[in-house]
Amino acid sequence: MLSIEAAIAANRFGLGARPGDAARIGDDPRGWLLDQLAAAPAAAAQPESAAILATLAELRLARSARKAQQTGRLEDVNRDAVREYARFVREAYRGQVVRRYAEALATDRPFAERLVRFWSNHFAVSADKRPIAALAGTFEEEAIRPHVVGNFADLLLAAERHPAMLLYLDNAASAGPRSPAAAAARRRGGRERGLNENLAREILELHTLGVDGGYGQEDVIELAKMLTGWSIGSREGPLPGGEPGRFHFRTALHEPGPKRLLGRKYAESGAEEAEAALRALAREPATARHLATKLARHFVADDPPPALVERLARAYLESDGKLVPLYAELVASPEAWAEPLAKLKTPDDFVVSAYRALDYAPGDLRRFVPVLTQLGQRPFTPGSPAGWPDRAAHWGGGEALLERIDFAAAVGAAVGDRVDPRALAGEVLGASASARTLATVARAESAAQGIALLLGGPDFQRR
Amino acid sequence: MLDRRELLLGAARLTLLAPCWPLALAAAPEARFVLVILRGGLDGLAAVPPYGEPRYRALRGALALDASGGDGAAAKLDGLFALHPGLATMHRLYRAGELAIAPAVATPYRERSHFDAQDVLEGGGAAPRQHADGWLNRALAELATAGARRDAVALAERVPLVLRGTFVASGWTATRLPAADEDTLERALALYAAVDPAAAARIEQALATRALASGNDRRGGQLPALMAAAGRLLAAPGGPRVAVLEAGGWDTHANQGAAQGPLAARLRALDAGLAELAGALAGEWRRTAVAIVTEFGRTAAANGTGGTDHGTAGAAFLAGGALAGGRIVGEWPGLGPRDLLEGRDLRPALDPRSLFKGLLAGLFAMDERALEEVVFPDSAAAPPLPDLLRA
Repeated sequence: MLSIEAAIAANRFGLGARPGDAARIGDDPRGWLLDQLAAAPAAAAQPESAAILATLAELRLARSARKAQQTGRLEDVNRDAVREYARFVREAYRGQVVRRYAEALATDRPFAERLVRFWSNHFAVSADKRPIAALAGTFEEEAIRPHVVGNFADLLLAAERHPAMLLYLDNAASAGPRSPAAAAARRRGGRERGLNENLAREILELHTLGVDGGYGQEDVIELAKMLTGWSIGSREGPLPGGEPGRFHFRTALHEPGPKRLLGRKYAESGAEEAEAALRALAREPATARHLATKLARHFVADDPPPALVERLARAYLESDGKLVPLYAELVASPEAWAEPLAKLKTPDDFVVSAYRALDYAPGDLRRFVPVLTQLGQRPFTPGSPAGWPDRAAHWGGGEALLERIDFAAAVGAAVGDRVDPRALAGEVLGASASARTLATVARAESAAQGIALLLGGPDFQRR
Repeated sequence: MLDRRELLLGAARLTLLAPCWPLALAAAPEARFVLVILRGGLDGLAAVPPYGEPRYRALRGALALDASGGDGAAAKLDGLFALHPGLATMHRLYRAGELAIAPAVATPYRERSHFDAQDVLEGGGAAPRQHADGWLNRALAELATAGARRDAVALAERVPLVLRGTFVASGWTATRLPAADEDTLERALALYAAVDPAAAARIEQALATRALASGNDRRGGQLPALMAAAGRLLAAPGGPRVAVLEAGGWDTHANQGAAQGPLAARLRALDAGLAELAGALAGEWRRTAVAIVTEFGRTAAANGTGGTDHGTAGAAFLAGGALAGGRIVGEWPGLGPRDLLEGRDLRPALDPRSLFKGLLAGLFAMDERALEEVVFPDSAAAPPLPDLLRA
């Protein structure tokens, strides 16, 4: 049976206890957590973003080429090409969902995996905007995963430079008002090219300083100008050049001249400007507080204790933005081991932890899409750059909880009498289970119902 | 005076005798076919009340529907037939020429066992257990052999007989999670009440909302959601082109109700399902034919418990944008004392295989040999009904 601290390590810090975790975690839950941070969590091989973007470009090209060829039944041909494109995006999305949840169910480093998800949500891209559906998973693999145990500045740069982010927040085509491309567009008198502030604003508001981080509209515009030119290579289009589907700096889009951000001057230096700005933003105390607050909210409480946030921010600044010392401070904090478990699981947490508890995976992992859609958290689709909310008020509605009970009943029926729910309660909740939960599970009319009551009940909703 | 019934009979005979076999019809490559099996024996006279029949009210008693045109009344189709007030979508489709109704359909099976009758309906023969596979499976296998493969999906817990056989159809169960059973829910609620009372209160409230949303009635079941899912599957590029659904609960022996009641709730769910299906199919609806069939009809007269007992002929519905609808197909046998079979059941006027053959020929360009020798062997008595689909 899991001790209370082992239960907290597995459920609050990890992705949910699996049978046998008591032995895996042993009597040093803190050591078990920190050992997971020795290296970046392994990435599985899969088609990378550049290849996906290249295929999408080809499909778009084929579409317009065929359109030009066949004037007779334009409409039908066009529709086929549109379908082909949609099918490719859908298949890419499903493949990435399968990979993500296979990893979540199987991983022996669930704390590191949770951190991947935490940062992936911090730098949220959302699959409801095409073609992000085909890139959200590769974004997590390529931009987030390699950096979660590194330095925040590197993570920040990797996220902002990734094609998924450049597309999601519209930076790929953003042009400085005095850039060569904007001037050329004015001369041609066609569609105007101009500045897009979207990425710059979200960097300041969501990714670094936070909404009250002490920046103004002027800073947004200046950072947007520094970011002009951060784009994606392509063979076609109005500005061909660069390696297709990879980060590419387009001088023609870049706003020339010096810029000023948060009172500091940046000399014109092309692609390096924004990099310097991001590295400086990563060192700002406001950034440290913003990240510390989010981390503490994710691991401790919706409204985390200010003293804890303060300690985390200090650890971050003292280590010059290294993330492992920040996590180590969190793990060493008594607040992070407090009872009762204060955080309500998100639907994603809930479903992943339920399957982990049963050591069971649905035969078709694509089922995660409809199941999590129904439970309110479609994979990779937070719907906004702010990411999924991290507060119980958002996830604890009555219908939402009712659907979790429905899910637990369905899973219980699927597993049937393969599992003894009383033993399972000890394996996954351990000492964190309430007496009432244990009694209810023990009195269930069947093993399936016992599992439903254990996984659908109130104790299992917490981490 | 020439009454409406004679006219109908004449028209129906004409179509049956029409010499043109639709071999020449080119198969629409993207045609969709949906088969909905209503298990338990739909009361056709409740769904499609022949309000213009002189004996209708006397036979049906409390089950008779008002077709006076008022609020909640059955909607008239013509001078003889109306549609149950719960079938608003069907009525709209009929008016749009996208629904045809066969009021007196029965397989050759004349006993009244659900299981045997369903076996005949799905096997496609003349007697129970004549076929170990289903007629739709044989049709799909034949199409695949001919290089015109269509994928098929059963939206059911298990693949029904009509789709069982050598052709491998896929199964699909609701992505919508089934609700936890009541006992489990009660125990879970008690547990929440003890451990997290605030959450328990919210769950209680959600339960009340769920009950409201389904009209205090779970009898509609999952049919509308399943039909919506079928539409999405069939609309998907590269997805299946044939879907089979089933819905139980039509065995209305007691208190079936008239304009309201248990049967009305099921008809509403079916009707809502049809709307969901059409909506999800969107642009593909125009290439779609839906056949809604049941294993037998019910007694013409109401029984002593406010219901109806197992009968013989019943109603079948053909819907879809591909249909040449807005009409009644097949003969109407009438409700007179000598019209009824054994003095109690609506007399069969049309073999469902005539409908199925007509649909398969029109939708998938299946030829006569395949239909008569492979799909429905020994069914010369049930010639294909021609011109079911829009030219």
